Amino acid sequence: MLNHRSDTSFAFPVKVSLLSAGLFLGLFFFLPLILVFGVSLASRGMYGGITWIVTWENYQRVFDPLVGMIFLRSLFLAGLTTLICAVVGFPLAYCLSRASKPWQLILLTLVMIPFWTNFLVRTYAWVLILRADGILNSLLIGVGLLDAPLSLLFTDLSVFVGLVYGYLPFMVLPLVVAIERIPPQLEDAAFDLYASMGGMFRHVLLPLSTPGFLAGGVLVFIPSLGAFITPYLLGGGQNMMLGTFIQQEFLVARDWPFGSALSFGLMGTVLLTWFLLGRMSVEKEPS
Amino acid sequence: MNESVVLDKVTKTHGLVKAVDHVSLSIQSGEFFSVLGPSGSGKTTILRLIAGLDRPDQGDIVIQQRVVTLDPPHKRPVNMVFQHYALFPHLSVFENVAFGLRMKGESQAMTQKAVSQMLALVRLQGKEKRLPGHLSGGEQQRVALARALVNRPIVLLLDEPLAALDQQLRQEMQGELKRLQREVKATFICVTHQQDEALMLSDRIAVMQGGKVLQVGTPREIYDCPVSSTVAQFIGLSNVLSGTIAHCEDGLCRVEHEVLAPVKVVCSPHDSLQGAVTVMVRPERVHVSSDMSANGYDNMFTAIVHQVVFSGNEVVYHVRLRGEVIWIARVPIAEARARPLTVGQPVYVQWRAQEGLVLPAHSTPC
Amino acid sequence: MKRMPSSFLVMSLLVMLFLYLPVVILIGLSFNASTMGVAWKGFTFQWYEKLAMDQGILEAALNSVVIALLSTGMALILGVGTAIGLETRQKRQRSWVNMILVLPLVIPEILLGVALLMVFVLCQVHLGFGTIIIGHMVFNLPLTIVIVRARLRKLDPAWEDAARDLGATPWDVLTRITLPLLRPAIWGAALLGFTVSLDDFVVTFFVAGPGSTTLPLKVFSMIKTGMTPEINALSAVMVVVSMLCVGLSWAVQQRSTPVSSVSSY
Repeated sequence: MLNHRSDTSFAFPVKVSLLSAGLFLGLFFFLPLILVFGVSLASRGMYGGITWIVTWENYQRVFDPLVGMIFLRSLFLAGLTTLICAVVGFPLAYCLSRASKPWQLILLTLVMIPFWTNFLVRTYAWVLILRADGILNSLLIGVGLLDAPLSLLFTDLSVFVGLVYGYLPFMVLPLVVAIERIPPQLEDAAFDLYASMGGMFRHVLLPLSTPGFLAGGVLVFIPSLGAFITPYLLGGGQNMMLGTFIQQEFLVARDWPFGSALSFGLMGTVLLTWFLLGRMSVEKEPS
Repeated sequence: MNESVVLDKVTKTHGLVKAVDHVSLSIQSGEFFSVLGPSGSGKTTILRLIAGLDRPDQGDIVIQQRVVTLDPPHKRPVNMVFQHYALFPHLSVFENVAFGLRMKGESQAMTQKAVSQMLALVRLQGKEKRLPGHLSGGEQQRVALARALVNRPIVLLLDEPLAALDQQLRQEMQGELKRLQREVKATFICVTHQQDEALMLSDRIAVMQGGKVLQVGTPREIYDCPVSSTVAQFIGLSNVLSGTIAHCEDGLCRVEHEVLAPVKVVCSPHDSLQGAVTVMVRPERVHVSSDMSANGYDNMFTAIVHQVVFSGNEVVYHVRLRGEVIWIARVPIAEARARPLTVGQPVYVQWRAQEGLVLPAHSTPC
Repeated sequence: MKRMPSSFLVMSLLVMLFLYLPVVILIGLSFNASTMGVAWKGFTFQWYEKLAMDQGILEAALNSVVIALLSTGMALILGVGTAIGLETRQKRQRSWVNMILVLPLVIPEILLGVALLMVFVLCQVHLGFGTIIIGHMVFNLPLTIVIVRARLRKLDPAWEDAARDLGATPWDVLTRITLPLLRPAIWGAALLGFTVSLDDFVVTFFVAGPGSTTLPLKVFSMIKTGMTPEINALSAVMVVVSMLCVGLSWAVQQRSTPVSSVSSY
């Protein structure tokens, strides 16, 4: 692309907005994050306040089996969600990318709508389906498959279903972008060179969709890992994830230093994931 | 009995458009056969039908005496060089070329050997590990050829093989294609919209338009005896006049034009032409001079030089006849140097009766 | 139409069902006369009527709209200028600028929520509308910048050069060429920002104070305190509103002008 855009930056309002936007993000984004790190090294005061004594204690508590368990559960659920979203999202993304124009528009709109719909409401819909007197149990009992309602809500499974439901569109859209960049001619070429449908997918389409999987992976894994609404509404008190745990430390236990340490741990994991997947996608990029 | 590919009344519709309309072709073994036509004429569809990437709605496709109409691509002894090559961007040159053999489940050793041989044949040794994105246009072209030919196809299909190359490379690759064909002894079927390419490379050419084959013949036949003015217009530049046949005798016709004096043209006795016709004369057959040369030209008109275009080895004169008819004459550079003409100069435009061609007028020029 | 593996079509259909069945059920139940449970007790509009009468919900909805309008508006004012300013910078500055811009959109919302909460509390800022608007701007501002920049990058610089060649001052270029060409992106960013702000729960949850309840906060507390069918009606309304927003965003995109002066590629 041409980058000799004429220099309009000396237009005064542009300069002002550039400065104030920088100031705003510095003050209300970067400063707070630095503060999180600072507080995570402090200790808890008598009545929930902060005592400014530097300590690693908050980070050492990660090795507490209970805390470690929540960390591992979050990683596991987020990882599984990402994997399933990729497996389930790919066929839809493929059909969407290769559909004829009117269909493409319809399908894309259908994938976009959940994107714009309130997350809380969409998660709440699953409460209606999964709870003891919910749709699924009523249906199964009605058909005669069950005698007594199953406890479906407040399990790891319900959290997992909610996460997949919530973040699936985030996997589909980058995949659509990636697949649309693959010329359909490459598929023809594979068939012409004796590939079966499966061979074509394995050797041509899937490898070339890698950028989509990586981008989708970031967009699903990170919010799943830090999810709050889903584990709160569908997981309940027993099946905590990092998001609900952090919220509890801040608002219920009022242990800000420990909550900050957890937050910082979450952020570290997020940044690491982002960095690693980002680097992989740079390496995969055919230059 | 030496036919390599036969298309028998093949029809293929895309939506409402008949991309290929009752096309019958028979292509000989070892032939370099070109399908020539403007974009949208259905020529690429023909390749896709032969390759098995599309299925015909009607008609049959026979390869080596075997009906393959319903066979999927991987069951046909046919490979294709795609337009823009369709090289797999994530695979190295070696893996691209090896792809077909791997899919067929050939042994590692055999694959290694065949791929190396083929890369040597297209002169790409030493570039095995490169990715297609790092190759020049000409190299990509050769990878595409190697990738198809390594499978030892009976028929090689080429979709606009030289379109993406610049002028110089294109001429180089034309020679390369001919050489490769001699070495692998396969039938080459090539689709192109470049008439000079088709004329230079092919043993025979099929000219297509609107899903129909207009004419099949050797380059010479198509150039010298086009069956219609559409074909004539598509192959090479030509000057045309429309008129009506006034008189035909002993293979010599007099065609009357609205403004100009009657034109004398030789016509073959077996086509009985009547009424409205088009007379066509190739620009290199038109003689332009400032004096009236007496040596046996049957037609002569006065004209004014309208434009002079110098193009290296020849000079192209645009001359204006009466009635605002513009004709083109191509004159070799030596002759043009000897007797230069300038814009605005009155000239005589002459040609022999046997150098013109009468064609039915209803086949309107495109 | 291309050949599509039938298993893929079936899979896509199932995924679509998975995405939409819960929402359909939700909307269906909002018309259920039963006060408890999911058993069908007849069709009714009463939950919607109740909704329309509920002062608390109406107030929360109004709060949400005001907050969304203000945070989106301010993000636009700052964001468009910033995007234009950033595009004129040198290329080497771009990778870290990108990183900074995408970070607020990438990190989990809960981090933003707790971080802002701590800053506000430690600086003894009163939690309320102001803090919510600031919180929403933290993601709305980068969102606007990213969208506008993407469009800006696709614009042919030749247009601006042509304008300058024809005697336009930088200010003329900005107001007569660049901004009009950016209009679809600005509308798109505004619509997306407005929706995101309207829907935001997590950040709002942490930085809201008493008396600044937004609609999602209200829904959350209703879900927590008990399952009345009123929530179903409210949720159904919110789903329909977001569908309208999608429609609107398509309409905006349809009207967008070509982004390059070179028509053939």
